[in-house]
Amino acid sequence: MKKFILQRLIVSIPVLVGVTFLLFWLLNVVPGDPVALMMKEHISVDVVERVRQQMHLDDPAWVRYLRFLWGAVRGDLGESYKLKRPVADLILNAFPNTFLLAVAAALFAWIVGIPAGIVSAVRKYSLSDHFFMGFSLMGVSMPVFWSALLFQYLFAVKLGWLPVAGFNSWKCLVMPAVVLGWSSAGIVARLTRSSLLEVMRCDYIRTARAKGLLGVAVILRHGLKNAMLPVVTVMAIQVASLLAGAVITESVFNIPGVGRIAVGAIQARDMPLLQGAVLFETVLVIFGNLAADTLYAWLDPRIKFD
Amino acid sequence: MSKDIRPDEIPLSAPSSVPFPAEEFEAVEPPTSFLKDVWQAYRNNRMALGGALGVALLVFMAVFAPLLTPYGPFDIDLDVMTLPPSAAHWLGTDQFGRDLLTRILYGSRISLVIGIVPTLLSMAIGTTLGLVGGWYGGKIDYAIMRLADIVLAFPSVLLAMVVMYTLGASLFNLFIALAVVGWAGTSRVVRSQVISLREKEFVEACRAMGVKTPVILFRHILPNCLPSLIVLFTLGIPGAILSEASLSFLGVGAQPPTPSWGLIIVSGKEFLFSAPWIAIAPGVFILLTVLAFNFLGDGLRDAFDPYMKP
Repeated sequence: MKKFILQRLIVSIPVLVGVTFLLFWLLNVVPGDPVALMMKEHISVDVVERVRQQMHLDDPAWVRYLRFLWGAVRGDLGESYKLKRPVADLILNAFPNTFLLAVAAALFAWIVGIPAGIVSAVRKYSLSDHFFMGFSLMGVSMPVFWSALLFQYLFAVKLGWLPVAGFNSWKCLVMPAVVLGWSSAGIVARLTRSSLLEVMRCDYIRTARAKGLLGVAVILRHGLKNAMLPVVTVMAIQVASLLAGAVITESVFNIPGVGRIAVGAIQARDMPLLQGAVLFETVLVIFGNLAADTLYAWLDPRIKFD
Repeated sequence: MSKDIRPDEIPLSAPSSVPFPAEEFEAVEPPTSFLKDVWQAYRNNRMALGGALGVALLVFMAVFAPLLTPYGPFDIDLDVMTLPPSAAHWLGTDQFGRDLLTRILYGSRISLVIGIVPTLLSMAIGTTLGLVGGWYGGKIDYAIMRLADIVLAFPSVLLAMVVMYTLGASLFNLFIALAVVGWAGTSRVVRSQVISLREKEFVEACRAMGVKTPVILFRHILPNCLPSLIVLFTLGIPGAILSEASLSFLGVGAQPPTPSWGLIIVSGKEFLFSAPWIAIAPGVFILLTVLAFNFLGDGLRDAFDPYMKP
C-alpha cells in the first residue's frame, strides 16, 4: 500500500514539474512587459528599469523559472501585482470557500446521482429511467453559467426562496452547489446505472435470488456493494474536478473562492496571482486523481498494489 | 480425418456426398460493405437520427440566416429596446433593440465555426503526434505522451484561460486556446490504435514492399483510425461550443458585438430581472445544439462498433 502510494507520487513528480514549466512558459516567456502594463504611461525609463530589477524581470527566463519552482515548493508563489500581498495567502484565504462549495456540490451529486442510478437500473427503460437519464444528459449539455442564471431567475427573482448571490448563509450555498453538482450528479447516475446493470447479471446475484432473498436486499447488499466500485473512484476524481470547475460558478454567484481569484487576476492582468491560482488548482486535481487511484486499488482486492 | 477440423465442424447428419439444395444459398444475405453496415445500425437508432436532424437544422440556420430574418444582427433600433417576444420579434429584442432571433440565427454560424475549427485543429495536432508517437515508440513516444499527461493534468477551463490571458481575447485566439487544450485526448486514442495496427499484416506487407513511412502512416494506418476520429470529432464539437460559452462569460472569449451565443447570454445577464428572454433563449439553442451533436456522436460510435450490431 505504502509502496503503491509512494510509486504513484514519484510518477507524478515529472507531471508536476511539467505543469509548472508549461504554466510559467505560457505566462512569462511570451512577449509583453508586465512592468509596462502595471505602469501605464508617463513613467520614465529609469523607473521602469528599477522596477524591472526589483522584480528580477531582467534575469534570464530559466533563472526566473527555477526561482518560481523553488518558491512554489516552499509555498511561496510570489506577490500579487495589484493587491501587493503574497499570492499564497490570498489563495489560502479563499480556498475554504471553494472547498465548501465543491463539497456541497459533491454531496448533491451523490445524494441525487446514486439513488437515480439505482432506480434507473432496477426499472430499466421505465418512465423514471428515461427521466433520470434525461436529467443526467441535461446536466452535461448546458453551459454552467446559463443554468446558474436560470436558477437565479427562477428561485431568486420569481420565487424569492433563495438569495441571488453572495456568501453569508447556508442558503447562499444551495444554488451554486446544485448548479455545479448537476453535471457530476448526471455522471454518477449514469455510472451507477450501467455498473449496477452489469453486476446484476453476475452469477452471485442469481444465487442470492435463488436462495430466496428479497429483491431489495439483493440489490442493496449484493448488487450495489459491488457496483459502487467504479462510482466511488469517479466520485473521488470529481471532488477534484469540482474544485477546479468552481471557476464559473464562483463568478456567477459572487463567491470569494480561488476560481474567482483567477478570473479577477485575468481582468486585472495580475500574472503572479493567476499563475498561483492555476497552479494551486492543478496540483489539487493531480493529487485528487492520485487519491482516486489509491482508493480504487484499496477497495478492489483484485488490483495488486505493485 | 485431419486434426485441423474442430468438433463443431464435423458434419453430424447430412452425408457430404449429397449436394445442398440451391435455395439454401439464395437465403443467405448478399455481402454488405462496412459503410452499409454502419448506416444500417445508425438508421435503427432513433436518438441518433434525431441528433443528425438537429445538426442538419443548425447548418440550415447558419447557411440561410439572412433569408430567414428581415433584420440584421447589428441593426440597432432604440425604439424597440428590450421588448418581450412578439409577432414582429419572435424572441424579443435586446438592450440595443436588436432582434434576438436574428442574432441567434447569425450566432449559429459562429457556434458552428467555434465547434468545428478548434476541434479540427486539435485533432490534426493530436492525430499527427499520436501517429508519430505510436509508430516510432521509444523516446519520441515517451516525450509526446508525457506532454499529453501534463496538458491533461490541467483543468481545461483554467488552461484555456491562461492561454487566452497570454494571447489576448479574440475569436481567433480562442481557436488556438481550445486546440492547445484539446489535442492530448486525441493523441492518446490515435497512439493506442497505431500501436495495435502497426503489427498487422498489411503494414508488414507495406514495409516489405518498401513503402515510405509517411505513406504507410497516412494512407494505410490513418484510414483505419477514421471511425474513432469521426466519433471524437463529433463529440468534440459540443465540448468546444460549451467551452466558448464559458470563456466568453469569463470575458476571455469572443468580444462584443460578435453575436456569439455565449456572449448574448452574458449581455442578457444584466437584464435578467427586466428582460430574462435575452439570457434564456440563446442558452436553449446551445443546449439543443450540444444535445444534437452528442446524439449524433453517440449514434456514430455505436454504429461503428461491430460488437453493437444486432
